[in-house]
Amino acid sequence: MLKYIIPLVLFIIMAVFLGMGLNLNPSDIPSPFINKPAPEFSAPKLNAPSEKLTPADLKGQVWLFNVWASWCVSCRSEHPVLNEFAKLKAVTIIGLNYKDDPTDAKKWLDSLGNPYNISIMDQEGRIGIDYGVYGVPETFVIDKKGLIRHKHTGPITPADLQKTLIPLIDKLQSEPL
Amino acid sequence: MKRLLLVFILFSGSCYAVDFRQLSDPKQQESYEELTKELRCLVCQNQTIADSNAELAYDLRRQVYEMLEQGQSREQIVQFMIDRYGDFVLYKPAFKGKTTLLWLAPLVFLLVGFLTVFFFIKNKKTAQAVISDSDTLENAIEKKKKIRSLLDKGETS
Repeated sequence: MLKYIIPLVLFIIMAVFLGMGLNLNPSDIPSPFINKPAPEFSAPKLNAPSEKLTPADLKGQVWLFNVWASWCVSCRSEHPVLNEFAKLKAVTIIGLNYKDDPTDAKKWLDSLGNPYNISIMDQEGRIGIDYGVYGVPETFVIDKKGLIRHKHTGPITPADLQKTLIPLIDKLQSEPL
Repeated sequence: MKRLLLVFILFSGSCYAVDFRQLSDPKQQESYEELTKELRCLVCQNQTIADSNAELAYDLRRQVYEMLEQGQSREQIVQFMIDRYGDFVLYKPAFKGKTTLLWLAPLVFLLVGFLTVFFFIKNKKTAQAVISDSDTLENAIEKKKKIRSLLDKGETS
C-alpha cells in the first residue's frame, strides 16, 4: 500500500508547486521602492525642453509616474486606458518618455492623444535606471509626501484601474499632507 | 544538414554582439568584467548583462563602467543595483534568511536521492541473497538428481 501512497504524495506535492509556478508572473519583480522617496531627477519637459521638472515641484499632490515610449508596443494598448482615466482628473499624470526620440514622441501624442499633464524626457535611460525600470510601460503611484506607494509593471488595464489604482489614489488623496 | 549548419553558424554570431569597454586600470577592468557577469538583465531574465543585447543591459553596463571610472567599489555598485532592482538583479542570490531554502534545497534533494539509492540497493541485496541461497539449495538437489539418473542409466547400459 505504501508503495502506491508515497509516489502519489510526491506527485501531488510536485503538481502543487508546478501549478503555483504557472500562476506566477516572472516579470513581476517586487519593487524595492515601495514606501521610499521617489528618486530625484531634473529632466527637460518634452514640450518645452528648456524647462525642467523635479519631483520637488510635485510635492503636496498625488501623482502617477508613467514610463512610456513611442517604440513600446504595449504602451499603445495602455494609451486609450490612460486617456480615459485622465478625463476624470483624479490625479496628476506625469509621463517619463523613456529612451525615445522627441520628434517621434510628440507625433505619438499628437495622433493618439495626450493623457499627461507633463511629459519629461529621458533619452539616455538614466532616470529609468534610478527608478529600476526594466519593462515599459511601468507606472508608479507617488503620494503627497513624495513617497512611492505602488508600482505597476506592464500595461494598465481598466480592471487594474478599478481594482487597485483608483481606490489607492482615492485613499492617498484623502491623506493629510 | 549543411543548410541547418549554416543557419546555426549565422545565428551563433549574435551572441557576441555586445559592446566592448576598456578601463585604464586592469584591476578595474577585471571588476567590470566580473560585475557584468554577476548582474542580471531584467528584460531577458536568464542572461547576465554581459551576455545580453537588450537596451537595458547596455545602459546597465554603461552605469557599471561609469561608476568604476568614478572610483566606486564593487560593493557600492552592487548595492546601487540592489537599491533599484532588488535582489533579483543578482545572478547569484545572497545567502540570507529569505533565500535559505533556495540555497539548501539542492543539498536536501541530493541527500534524499542518496538515501533512496542506498535503501534501494540494500533491499535488493537482501532479496538477492535470499534468492541465491535458495538457488544453490535447489541446484544441489537438481544436480544430485541428475547424477543419480546418469548413474542409473550407466548401470543399465
